[in-house]
Amino acid sequence: MEKPFLEIDALAKRYPSPEGGELTVFEDVSFDIDKGEFVCIIGHSGCGKSTIMNVLAGLDTATAGAVTMDGKEVVGPSLDRGVVFQNYSLLPWRSALKNVTFGVRARHPEWSKEQVLEHSYKYLEMVGLSGGAEHRKPSQLSGGMRQRVSIARAFAIRPKLLLLDEPFGALDALTRGTIQDELIRIWSGSDQTVFMITHDVDEAILLADRILLMTNGPYARVAESVVIDIPRPRNRAEIIHDKAYYNIRNHLVEFLALRSKVLADEAGGDRMAGQGGEGGPRRPLTVRPGVSEDPGNPDEDGEPARRADGSVISLVR
Amino acid sequence: MALPLGLRALILSAVLLVAGLGIWELSTPAVKAAGEMTEYELLMGGADQEARVPPPSQIIVRAWEELSNPFYDNGPNDKGIGIQIAYSLFRVLTGYFLAALVAIPVGFLIGMSPLMYRALDPFIQVLRPISPLAWMPLALFIIKDSEYSAIFVIFICSIWPMLINTAFGVAGVRKDWVNVARTHELGPLRTALTVILPAAAPTIVTGMRISIGIAWLVIVAAEMLVGGTGIGYYVWNEWNNLDLTSVIFSILVIGVVGMLLDAAFAQVQRAVRYQE
Repeated sequence: MEKPFLEIDALAKRYPSPEGGELTVFEDVSFDIDKGEFVCIIGHSGCGKSTIMNVLAGLDTATAGAVTMDGKEVVGPSLDRGVVFQNYSLLPWRSALKNVTFGVRARHPEWSKEQVLEHSYKYLEMVGLSGGAEHRKPSQLSGGMRQRVSIARAFAIRPKLLLLDEPFGALDALTRGTIQDELIRIWSGSDQTVFMITHDVDEAILLADRILLMTNGPYARVAESVVIDIPRPRNRAEIIHDKAYYNIRNHLVEFLALRSKVLADEAGGDRMAGQGGEGGPRRPLTVRPGVSEDPGNPDEDGEPARRADGSVISLVR
Repeated sequence: MALPLGLRALILSAVLLVAGLGIWELSTPAVKAAGEMTEYELLMGGADQEARVPPPSQIIVRAWEELSNPFYDNGPNDKGIGIQIAYSLFRVLTGYFLAALVAIPVGFLIGMSPLMYRALDPFIQVLRPISPLAWMPLALFIIKDSEYSAIFVIFICSIWPMLINTAFGVAGVRKDWVNVARTHELGPLRTALTVILPAAAPTIVTGMRISIGIAWLVIVAAEMLVGGTGIGYYVWNEWNNLDLTSVIFSILVIGVVGMLLDAAFAQVQRAVRYQE
């Protein structure tokens, strides 16, 4: 069997806690991402989403577990993994254009000045920054424009994996909508693999092929992998009429509101009873709330999701 | 009537200047013409019983004389003001840039490494409050050259603000920007030059501006000690000549040159400043 493009295996992060002992933020986090997939991860604050992302980026190290990309273990940051930070992280003394050329030059040190400029302009235009705005400093740009520059910088280096840490968290709803559309347009035209943190359920459904759901911390883990069975291209105005949309949405909301805590408590009980962590790394359960409307019709895409004991997962209506 | 603030300030400055100079001028009695002097006064060469501070008018005349021929050289004790200033600037800038050459890299090291920060901090704290002139005897003994000793004194006094500000600026660089460098696989040198240096530049240049100010303060005192040339020596020499007009003129020149040095660094500061 071919190995998945990105493999996260039994990742855990523990900090020494102030009272002695250890504080486990998350453990046993395992999931795969295929090439070209757009995967979102959702979970409550404190479940360690950002830490997972930093581990994937190579900026942080996990206490246990491994990340393998393209058959190679991830150690330290690399240009193969581009990051878009929530606070944009543009260099404020450089213009928008210079921020992008900064990345391009790092990626292609052998390129001529013209090549670097041409390539940078191409990506700035892709995010709608042209006609003089590219010469402004980040402080002279709006939040949305800054995040566009940051996205252009990340896409321009053409990383194998693009990591987005709540990229639209600080933006107003309207700007967020337009940049989401731009992001999905740029992504569709590439074979870019994307891993994105978000708090926004609708945003995740609009963008993702798959959504990973995390239980609450401490001892957080990835509990479910929700497949978004909504055909692309997706349109914000149209997908809300898709039958699958509300099933998926309800499933996600119910998970975040109730089950993220219940599952965390259950796992806590197991741990107390000394049952936690036996066996190999647990992959998250795959669920497809989007195709549950017609249970009589066998799932064309694959097996219906089953629990370990073989029972089909009850799906939210 | 609403003149712009800048113009009103300018008018007020001019009024204060004229008033100040006027009071000074009027409080200094005019020197009598030779014909009006008594025989005794003539024997005394027209001198007063008590020496007085010369009036501004005399200083302006002296300034005109000096500034219209600033680079004459009539031997060791009679050089133009331009030559003296040039000597002082040479010493200040040499010592200052040597200090920058040491302070900025060491400041980087301290700012980037908490270990080095803690290890070097006690030395800095003890050495920093020492008056630069206190180094002079030791410098003269070791270096055995008054010229280099003066440069050393400038070096030692300019090093601290630059060192401390560089360390502070480097340590305060936002972690996000360092992470940008890391995710772009920049090596340590390129990270230092393309991310940390521009990020810390405003703080570093502030330290450089403080340093040049201190260096210019210290050079006058240092040159009074080592003698020979320079604006500090000039002040002291004119005092020995009892030429108070020249003393006051040179004091003003010191002020103007210091202001120009500071203004130059203000320009640099403006160039490296950025808004987050």
